[in-house]
Amino acid sequence: MLRVESLNVSQGDFALSADFAVQSGRHVAVIGPSGAGKSTLLGAISGYVPIKSGRIFVEEHDVTREPPHERGVAMLFQDGNLFPHLSLAQNVGLALRPSLRPTAPERARIHAALDRVGLAGFEDRMPGDVSGGQQSRAALARVLAQAKPLVLLDEPFAALGPALRAEMLALTSALVQENGATVITITHDPKDAEAAADEVIFVDAGMAHAPRPVSDIMTDPPMALRAYLGT
Amino acid sequence: MAQRARTIKTAVFGGPIAAGTALGLILAALLAVMSRADWPVQFSASDWAVLRFTVWQAVLSALFSVVFAVPVARALARRRFFGRAALVTLLGAPFILPVIVAVLGILAVYGRAGWISDFLGLFGLPPLSIYGLEGVVLAHVFFNMPLATRLILQGWQAIPAEQFRLVGQLGLPPRTVLQALEWPMLKQTVPGAIALVFVICLTSFAVALTLGGGPRATTIELAIYQAFRFDFDLGRAAILSLVQLVVAGTAAVIALWVLPPLALQPGLDRPVRRWDARGRLSRAMDAIWIVVAALFLLLPISAVVIKGVIGLGEMPASVWLAAWRSLWVALLSTVLLVAAALPVAAWLGQRESGRAETITLLGLAASPLMIGTGWFILIYPVADPRLFALPVTAVVNAMMALPFAVRILVPGLRQIFADYGRLSAAMGLQGLALWRIVLLPRIRLRLGFAAGLAAALSVGDLGVVTLFADPEVATLPLQMYRLMGSYRTDAASGAALLLLTLALCLFWICDYWGRHAAR
Repeated sequence: MLRVESLNVSQGDFALSADFAVQSGRHVAVIGPSGAGKSTLLGAISGYVPIKSGRIFVEEHDVTREPPHERGVAMLFQDGNLFPHLSLAQNVGLALRPSLRPTAPERARIHAALDRVGLAGFEDRMPGDVSGGQQSRAALARVLAQAKPLVLLDEPFAALGPALRAEMLALTSALVQENGATVITITHDPKDAEAAADEVIFVDAGMAHAPRPVSDIMTDPPMALRAYLGT
Repeated sequence: MAQRARTIKTAVFGGPIAAGTALGLILAALLAVMSRADWPVQFSASDWAVLRFTVWQAVLSALFSVVFAVPVARALARRRFFGRAALVTLLGAPFILPVIVAVLGILAVYGRAGWISDFLGLFGLPPLSIYGLEGVVLAHVFFNMPLATRLILQGWQAIPAEQFRLVGQLGLPPRTVLQALEWPMLKQTVPGAIALVFVICLTSFAVALTLGGGPRATTIELAIYQAFRFDFDLGRAAILSLVQLVVAGTAAVIALWVLPPLALQPGLDRPVRRWDARGRLSRAMDAIWIVVAALFLLLPISAVVIKGVIGLGEMPASVWLAAWRSLWVALLSTVLLVAAALPVAAWLGQRESGRAETITLLGLAASPLMIGTGWFILIYPVADPRLFALPVTAVVNAMMALPFAVRILVPGLRQIFADYGRLSAAMGLQGLALWRIVLLPRIRLRLGFAAGLAAALSVGDLGVVTLFADPEVATLPLQMYRLMGSYRTDAASGAALLLLTLALCLFWICDYWGRHAAR
């Protein structure tokens, strides 16, 4: 589970505050207008954005001062999820150990992760030699290999077409939740949220509201969300 | 941002250590020099003459280089022709051409017994004489016109192609294009180009050593050498070193304010499509400028090759031994440079401001002979400085290449941190693993280029080694200089060809290694 306690982030004129908890195994969508602070919220949780005050707990561990790779968080960004000069297997292998020479058991785990996303036999391909959808799958394989309790998605599939994006989102939540992990996804499309998520965090005007069940929030949206959705 | 610093701790420590070591070596030399200077400082009439000549030749060199460069850059910017890419590459050649080799080529073309003098002799005209101010400025223009052309061409290519499309649609005449588009760009780039060439020429040594000299054509750098070598007057060498530091340092600080980014990035070989300047006259003028610039660069280089082939058989065995030593100095120097430049560049690359790497250009103001004098003074009481001739040369060469290398590496590293900093942090990549898995493979293209420049600069350097070397131990440029001094022109020409080949090969090997990087 994830618990965010009186979090405050400030960057120049921009400020964001949040105070909420997400139960284990849930899939939560983060929606809100551009510039409201969705990426900042995920950045603060994953340790890329410095925070001013507050505390962050992952699985009851206080990770507020931990570096990104020791927070129990795996994250997919909008771009730059793979090193272009490393093969798909090497990229996935980095999730296990910072080395380019995996041991035999590690090689088996890399192969298994690539197999689960449908990329068996693509081990030695370079990211530049495969399609955008296959790159997304490889990045997802890396997240699976990382096996972290919390997975954050900052619109990693935004560059894909609508059908492929829906497919990747479904695959991601299925595979990640097989591992029992919690998923938090940023999305612009309320339909994506309704389709995949259990709960919704609405971010607006520097405030991340506590998650509410997706059916609940869509039938009776608060004023600010209503303005954003245009309903 | 704070979290970025966490991903590259090694650089946070390594950068300041490497930069501090370089600075410490310079400061130690400076303190040593100051300790030997005769206080209070006496400034003789000949010292004033040296100072005046130094500034005057730098002013002339800067002005001529840039005045020549503007029409050449304009012609390159608006014409597409066969060999354009080759000419742009040729503009990069003086970066790696050893100074003494170029001087030999210039003498073969413009000297008393050179091609032009021979040609004039057919008509009963007296031969040219380029020793003195003319020769020093000519050689400086040979080296710096290409640099200025690249800087200004970069400015031209930074004007968006859409603006030239609009010019074509409106049918604007060249005069209007000049006023509206080109003049504002020139106002930004030309002062910077002049300032950079001026600073480079202030501390020039090898050109003044070979083409200058005498009471009327001695630069400060050359005067340090003479005080040291001919009179062994450490006090005077020390005073002159301090003068050099103040003059070049002041100029470099002023230059920092007007300096455009250094033109070392690729992309200059793609001309922008132009619809203006189609008149016959402007086409003819551009053609003339291109031909003149190409001949200006190609004639001396061709002369080196032609005379070198003839002279190869005349080379004494000592030349081969010297080449072997030079190769080792260049390799050691390149290794030192890479070891220092990578952490410094990673350290500066984490800073948001592009101003940081500009500061490293202050290193241009540090005079190699001042550093050499200082270290001679430090070593002299404890050991025979001649034993240290080659290591000191390698270290000083690495420090001279450091500003260029940092300038080349920092933008690349900054981009890597922006693109892959988060991913590296997510994978827990730190320290050596970060360098090995992410930074080195991705910076390899720029690193190969920087190492190639450093190796070529070092193998061809005729500077601090002249202070330390004894007759037995010479590097190839020094050996070549001695052959020239004893009028063994054929042997010197052979050595020049060998040195040119070494410099080009070293550059090519490093650059080739960089280009064959993983993507």
